[in-house]
Amino acid sequence: MTHTTHHIEPQKIYFGVFGALMVFTAVTVWASMVDLGPLSIVVALVIAVCKALLVVLFFMHVRYSRPLTQIVVAGGVLWLIILLVLTLSDYFSRGWLPAPAGW
Amino acid sequence: MAEHHSALAHQFDDLTQQWDASTFGMWVFLVTEIMFFGGLFAGYAVYRSAYPDAFAEGSLHLSLALGGTNTVILIASSLTMALGVRAAQLGDNRATAWWLIATLGLGSAFLVIKVFEYHHKYVEHLIPGPGFLFEGPHARQVEMMFCFYFAMTGMHALHMVVGAGLLIYFILQARANRYSPDYFGPVEVMGLYWHFVDIVWIFLFPLLYLIGHRR
Amino acid sequence: MSTARAEPRAEAPADYLNVDYGIRSWLLTKDHKRIALLYLASITFFFALGGAFAVALRLELITPAGDLMQPETYNKMFTMHGVMMIFFFLIPAVPAVLGNFLVPLMVGARDLAFPRINLLSWYIYVIGGLFTLYAVVAGGVDTGWTFYTPYSSTYSNTHVIATAVGVFILGFSSILTGLNFIVTIHKMRAPGLTWFRLPLFIWAHYATSLIQILGTPVVAIAIVLVGLERLFRIGIFDPALGGDPVLFQHLFWFYSHPAVYIMILPSMGVISELVTCFARKKIFGYGFIAGSSVAIAVLGFLVWGHHMFVSGQSIYAGMVFSVLSFLVAIPSAIKVFNWTATLYRGSIVYTTPMLYAFGFIGLFTIGGLTGLFLATLATDVHLHDTYFVVAHFHYIMVGGAIMGYLGGIHFWWPKISGRLYPEGWGRFSALVLFVGFNLTFFPQFILGYLGMPRRYHVYPEEFQVLNVMSSAGASILGIGYLIPMVYLIWSMRYGKRAPANPWGAKGLEWETTSPPPTTNFEKTPVVTEEPYIYSHEEELEVG
Repeated sequence: MTHTTHHIEPQKIYFGVFGALMVFTAVTVWASMVDLGPLSIVVALVIAVCKALLVVLFFMHVRYSRPLTQIVVAGGVLWLIILLVLTLSDYFSRGWLPAPAGW
Repeated sequence: MAEHHSALAHQFDDLTQQWDASTFGMWVFLVTEIMFFGGLFAGYAVYRSAYPDAFAEGSLHLSLALGGTNTVILIASSLTMALGVRAAQLGDNRATAWWLIATLGLGSAFLVIKVFEYHHKYVEHLIPGPGFLFEGPHARQVEMMFCFYFAMTGMHALHMVVGAGLLIYFILQARANRYSPDYFGPVEVMGLYWHFVDIVWIFLFPLLYLIGHRR
Repeated sequence: MSTARAEPRAEAPADYLNVDYGIRSWLLTKDHKRIALLYLASITFFFALGGAFAVALRLELITPAGDLMQPETYNKMFTMHGVMMIFFFLIPAVPAVLGNFLVPLMVGARDLAFPRINLLSWYIYVIGGLFTLYAVVAGGVDTGWTFYTPYSSTYSNTHVIATAVGVFILGFSSILTGLNFIVTIHKMRAPGLTWFRLPLFIWAHYATSLIQILGTPVVAIAIVLVGLERLFRIGIFDPALGGDPVLFQHLFWFYSHPAVYIMILPSMGVISELVTCFARKKIFGYGFIAGSSVAIAVLGFLVWGHHMFVSGQSIYAGMVFSVLSFLVAIPSAIKVFNWTATLYRGSIVYTTPMLYAFGFIGLFTIGGLTGLFLATLATDVHLHDTYFVVAHFHYIMVGGAIMGYLGGIHFWWPKISGRLYPEGWGRFSALVLFVGFNLTFFPQFILGYLGMPRRYHVYPEEFQVLNVMSSAGASILGIGYLIPMVYLIWSMRYGKRAPANPWGAKGLEWETTSPPPTTNFEKTPVVTEEPYIYSHEEELEVG
């Protein structure tokens, strides 16, 4: 019978990650109350990405998973970025032409 | 000599291959979920960049208290879920069941609060459609913001409901002592799904509730 | 040395077809081979239905005036033709029938990674089909298969929701098939079967599965949003709320362009198998073909805006999409070069599958080249929404994908059914199809650049001759499809019994019986050599 030794995370790591996520949540709420102008969306997204990374790496065990799993996660995120960037590139460049852009 | 564990499916050679294939399969499925929600995020990005003031205005009409509470609840449910998977890895079926019950409880609390929130929006005439009423500038674009609020949180809530249903199944399995250090894959796969739904909310919270800055 | 003699059997050993009888054993099966046949039956049904709608269209277009049906009815005909053919036939055809049957066999596995999910995917297909069928009998839908807003979300009075639900549900079937293939190919290959020893059919299905996973969810959400707008006035595309109907097109085409690669890549995988076997020669440029499959899948996601050049999309985005669209043609061309190089100095045998392969190579090339005119911004302004586009995609989808599908059905028919089909009839129908196809669709290129718009039930008098040619061709094409249906079914009962390897082909699927046993192999095979080691000494005699 084959036995794989799966990495078993100590409980305190999970609690620690939870604590970090709470801190990040408080920070993001606080940051939203400060007028950062166009930076506020950037800050909010950076914090959200940090929180997501903590969940992915620790709660979802990606830290200890095969490279294939990590590639799959990265690939999914990359494809989301392709969707966002190419779609937004249309909207952001519509105003560049002097002729009426329609929308 | 391969031992035929009762949980080993015929197409797999051993439980390791089965665990490997199952978790990989769930990750591939989660990629489809990233792209599914991704379409909503793409639309959100287009309209928020076009109507920043309207989106900020709409955001102020969402309850930060309820949204924030829900965020804490959902992250806590990810903690309990992760601890449940860990218990299954150790073969502690009792602990697994209790951690999953806690997860189910927290998830249900989230959904109850969502019902309250949606009800508030109904009372305030902020549900898009013929009943929408907003006194203020950019009323139509504020309505658009609420289109995204309901589409995104609604789709998320739907995923939570599915997750809750699945949790019930796994709780029953744990109570029937199904899991062991050799066979805990299904709980881990459930955990992956639950954490993903949490991550979606981690993005929804700032993008919907924290747009306009409140003092 | 002939390997094509049928071996007489003393008694039929247990295989996946005779191991169990009765409808429950089919409807509750977990065997990927039976599920493939369930799919074969259902997609053939939808193909026939989609073909019936095409008949209606071509009948109307025999005359310039709109004298056969109301304009609204015509709109419903082309919509249902597109929806049935694309979602319920072309997307599943090769993967769900040939892929389901062959992927486990080709990787040396007992089944796919998730057999119950495989069966579920078929039931999901059927349920999606039922919703769409309901829409048809309840009065049809007239938005075009592209469901553009605001017509689909606000103004159409036809059964948009039912059709949208049907397509949405079907998307899950596609996703689950792709998921199963990806996991199977990664995790269940036989010992010794490294990635570069895999058949090119597997590489093609792997690339296809990547597209199914990454693209389908986006059209799913697009459809959901149209439904929400129609039902609940959640107006994400509604200009009254500041919405942009073109956003729907972005979300729709993000999937629907890669979808055309879902439809062609599996057939390309079939062609690779056919060409190497019937030229009796190792495929030329294995690595290039494998790499091109993945390249097509990846690049295919970067070009969707070429469907939107005249939609109001920004010119700058249009230019980017145009350049990327040229790039995506390159890996397809690489494949055609490699197949051609394989044929060069090969010992070619003109079997039915090989005839389909030749048809594919020629017709796909024409279809692909005409795509370049459409990828070019300036010419597309004139060609968009004309019959040039219609001809372009039918050359690829019918001249390409369907010929590949039929070639594959014939090639693996002995393995699937345990019987040989009548070779004479096979070759005859392939020729009938080729003639009928070209007569139907070549005139449409001319009609298109002369300016005849697509989706119109009327046209100027001067276009009539070409339209009549096209409709005449369609009748020949129809006959070409009917004949194989008849003789393939006939062969299941009366065909000569097939040996394990009637073609003398290389590949793990040929190392087990025809038909295979339920668990595919007596013993898990071990792979020790490269694929496609054909030698000229093993000449193939075909009866």
